[in-house]
Amino acid sequence: KDKLLSDHLRFQYEYKGYIFGSITPFVESFEETPLLVAVLTYIGYGILTIFGYLRDFLRDWKFEKCHLAREREEQKDFVPLYQDFENFYTRNLYMRIRDNWNRPIRSVPGAKMDLVERVTPDYNWTFEHTGKVLKDVINMGSYNYLGFAENTGTCADAASECTVKYGVGVCSSRQETGNLDKHEELEKLVARFLGVESSMVFGMGFATNSMNIPALMGKGCLILSDELNHVSLVLGARLSGATIRVFKHNNMQSLEKLLWDAIVHGQPRTHRPWKKILILVEGIYSMEGSIVRLPEIIVLKKKYKAYLYLDEAHSIGALGPRGRGVVDYFGLDPCDVDIMMGTFTKSFGAAGGYIGGKKDLVDYLRLHSHSAVYATSMSPPITQQIITSMKCIMGEDGTTLGQERLCQLSENTTYFRRRLHEMGFIIYGNNDSPVVPLMLYMPAKIGAFGREMLKRNIGTVVVGFPATPIIESRARFCVSAAHTREMLDTALNAISEVGDLLQLKYSRKNRHGSEGTDLFSYLESHQD
Amino acid sequence: MAAGQQWVLVEMVQAFYEAPAYHLILEGILILWIIRLLFSKTYKLQERSDLTEKEKEELIEEWQPEPLVPLVSKDHPSLNYDVVTGPPSHRIIVNGKECINFASFNFLGLLDSERVKLKALSSLKKYGVGTCGPRGFYGTFDVHLELEERLAKFMRTEEAIIYSYGFATIASAIPAYSKRGDIVFVDEAACFSIQKGLQASRSFVKYFKHNDMEDLERLLKEQEIEDQKNPRKAKVIRRFIVVEGLYINTADLCPLPELVKLKYKYKVRIFLEESMSFGVLGEHGRGVTEHFGVNIDDIDLISANMENALASIGGFCCGRSFVIDHQRLSGQGYCFSASLPPMLASAAIEALNIMEEDPGVFRVLRDKCKHVHKALQGTPGLKVAGEPLAPALHLQLENSTGSRTNDLKLLRAIVDYSLERRIALTLARYLDKEERFLPPPSIRVVVTVEQTQEEIEKAAQCIREAAVKILK
Repeated sequence: KDKLLSDHLRFQYEYKGYIFGSITPFVESFEETPLLVAVLTYIGYGILTIFGYLRDFLRDWKFEKCHLAREREEQKDFVPLYQDFENFYTRNLYMRIRDNWNRPIRSVPGAKMDLVERVTPDYNWTFEHTGKVLKDVINMGSYNYLGFAENTGTCADAASECTVKYGVGVCSSRQETGNLDKHEELEKLVARFLGVESSMVFGMGFATNSMNIPALMGKGCLILSDELNHVSLVLGARLSGATIRVFKHNNMQSLEKLLWDAIVHGQPRTHRPWKKILILVEGIYSMEGSIVRLPEIIVLKKKYKAYLYLDEAHSIGALGPRGRGVVDYFGLDPCDVDIMMGTFTKSFGAAGGYIGGKKDLVDYLRLHSHSAVYATSMSPPITQQIITSMKCIMGEDGTTLGQERLCQLSENTTYFRRRLHEMGFIIYGNNDSPVVPLMLYMPAKIGAFGREMLKRNIGTVVVGFPATPIIESRARFCVSAAHTREMLDTALNAISEVGDLLQLKYSRKNRHGSEGTDLFSYLESHQD
Repeated sequence: MAAGQQWVLVEMVQAFYEAPAYHLILEGILILWIIRLLFSKTYKLQERSDLTEKEKEELIEEWQPEPLVPLVSKDHPSLNYDVVTGPPSHRIIVNGKECINFASFNFLGLLDSERVKLKALSSLKKYGVGTCGPRGFYGTFDVHLELEERLAKFMRTEEAIIYSYGFATIASAIPAYSKRGDIVFVDEAACFSIQKGLQASRSFVKYFKHNDMEDLERLLKEQEIEDQKNPRKAKVIRRFIVVEGLYINTADLCPLPELVKLKYKYKVRIFLEESMSFGVLGEHGRGVTEHFGVNIDDIDLISANMENALASIGGFCCGRSFVIDHQRLSGQGYCFSASLPPMLASAAIEALNIMEEDPGVFRVLRDKCKHVHKALQGTPGLKVAGEPLAPALHLQLENSTGSRTNDLKLLRAIVDYSLERRIALTLARYLDKEERFLPPPSIRVVVTVEQTQEEIEKAAQCIREAAVKILK
């Protein structure tokens, strides 16, 4: 069968009759969970469940003080708002390690941040702010890929001017009186940035998906969605009323089989042909760190005449030699992707989302998108921040700051991943993705990792069930262009220390002095 | 070993002889059946397995999808938006003409308040613009926590939770509580975000006629009869009533005291959407609960957006901790989306400060609303839909032409005429095919505290002239 063309290390190759050229090799790894670790993880969850039942029993029979909020006296005979078992996980597992999330900060979420110190007198049921501040905590958790989260510099100045001139609110929707000249300027700029005919911007990234997919798809359409798609994509697909079929994560054989079956058999039971088929994928998957196999998907899409919706929430600005996202990374033509969607929260340091594509598509969305009709448009200073940062990335502000940051991000990513791999951790994902998941597996290690890293003044993000499969809990690092080599070294030393303390170095693959290193040094020498 | 096996064999033969006849016959039949199944032909469900590979390839070649989007005609009336140059404040520049703003929901005039802008600027200098993360992952700023505390204190509830987008607030709150199998009673005139929230929740939705408490009671009684047939199931089905304080589509109030009575009689929870009434109704601007003097704890959840009276971006829900805390883990728009930029949260805090310092402004707004409502009465060909104390009124055609497109054309002509005369109005926009109960076409007239007497008179005069000229 055809070898996946993304895996080739050559400059030019052929897949199902199409010729492609690619410069960087596509290296992705998802090392298997060691068997002993998996067994111990299940045992860990089993013990926690038993203790959970025990604690619930003690709470019910009043042996233990119950901190849970209770229903009103007057409404005691109403149907209970929550079922006990729905919240079992929250009460008994999440509550124990709750201090690793929702950590309040009081500075710019840049490479270093100031955290508000919290203490809990009753094992995480309530928190108190001591009033002290943990200064200069290295931030490995915020989505600040190009370092535009800053309060000084051209972006902040431009946003300040805009606030003074326009104010902060808009108080109306796009179709009524909320369409400012700034929005039109931004839309033209985004279209130029992406290399598409036209684009439209929205106030919230999540809402961009959940409000526009229903406008494009309806009953009688088929949506083929990746297994690990974000909640907003799943919600948008559900709200549209179309039939949804899921293919295995980044697996082209699974996708092709679904496409083949869909066209040959048509709709279930009636066998009428489908009206449209939409393939829903993301650029970088934020929990896995994997990059979508875009060249193959485009070949399949052309063969089966499906449409492609690419959600570049994490990859826009972070991938590609010019920062134009995953299309730029593979050197493909933006016109091949029917609907390019992305958000401004991650690489541009603002908020909101966009959809880019052909003029017909965007005109249709201007009329039929739920957001354009009912939701308030983007706030003016946010719009200005995006305009300034986008111009900086494109190099149109007269400096080379944008290009420097893109190179810095790419270097940081390669260095960080190489060092973690050498230390012996299991890292998921593509070598070029700035999202680095480090596997923890066991539930106790989730809490321990977060807390130990904070003791060493490094802020990390840990994720467990239900965002990930139950045994694959992980710590997720987001490398930023604002991180200097020293900061990364400090972080890596701390990670290694904690890794030894908690026995996290599970990897059984080659570490030093073998083909692994050769591949990485090949990559480093070919940075351009 | 062999001896042991032999011994077992002897036992078996003995058992064979001693077993009753029917037992042996039954076992014999079963063995024959197994042999038959083993040798019978297996068959698959009738698929299109009668197609050859070549035919399948032909099907793939021939299949033509519909175009991704249907063609949009170049002169569709809503395609070209009105462009606003500069801030959408009291004097708004629409399509190059400076007009008096009767179209943005800037009820308290806080859109160009200097204090709010200064506070937003100082926040920008401290935090930058974006938060670069959701609330769970270093996206919680101290300003968010402060805003939530202030909102809870202002509304006199235990807790509040902020969302970064007004539309997403109620659309995420409803599915967090109401799941498949639960029942929600909704007013027909509910806004689009409530409809989307209901669709996402997959619950049974029962619509009752707008503001018709008898219709609602009838539905509740029917449900009670259903419950008696199956009491076990009834004990786990949750029931909710979702209403708006001041409806955006019809500009009238909901009868809250009657709703509270129905709540306790039929054991239903109330979710109240107060986007239009927050900062407008009530002595201190606390909304429709203060207006009617209803105890705020009787309402399970109040949701509002900060994009109208507070002139910021985002939305919030407030209520008892028992109810609100659940959204911190199950509200999709809260957990999986980046948090509100801190400068917008600071602007909202400052707007709240202004509201608290000067409660007289609500009285001024109410008087202006009454004034506008009176001034627009008697416009030939147009009728005013809405209550006298609603800040966003609708002007509908008294006699429809019969086709919605033509009605919209006439109303658009009136709006254009007003724009020429420097009064900014707007058509109320809806998605025709998506709304469940499509409201009639109308012009939206918004009242703000910044409008003076003369401006109101001028606007009413202008609309009258336009109506006479265009609707003759």
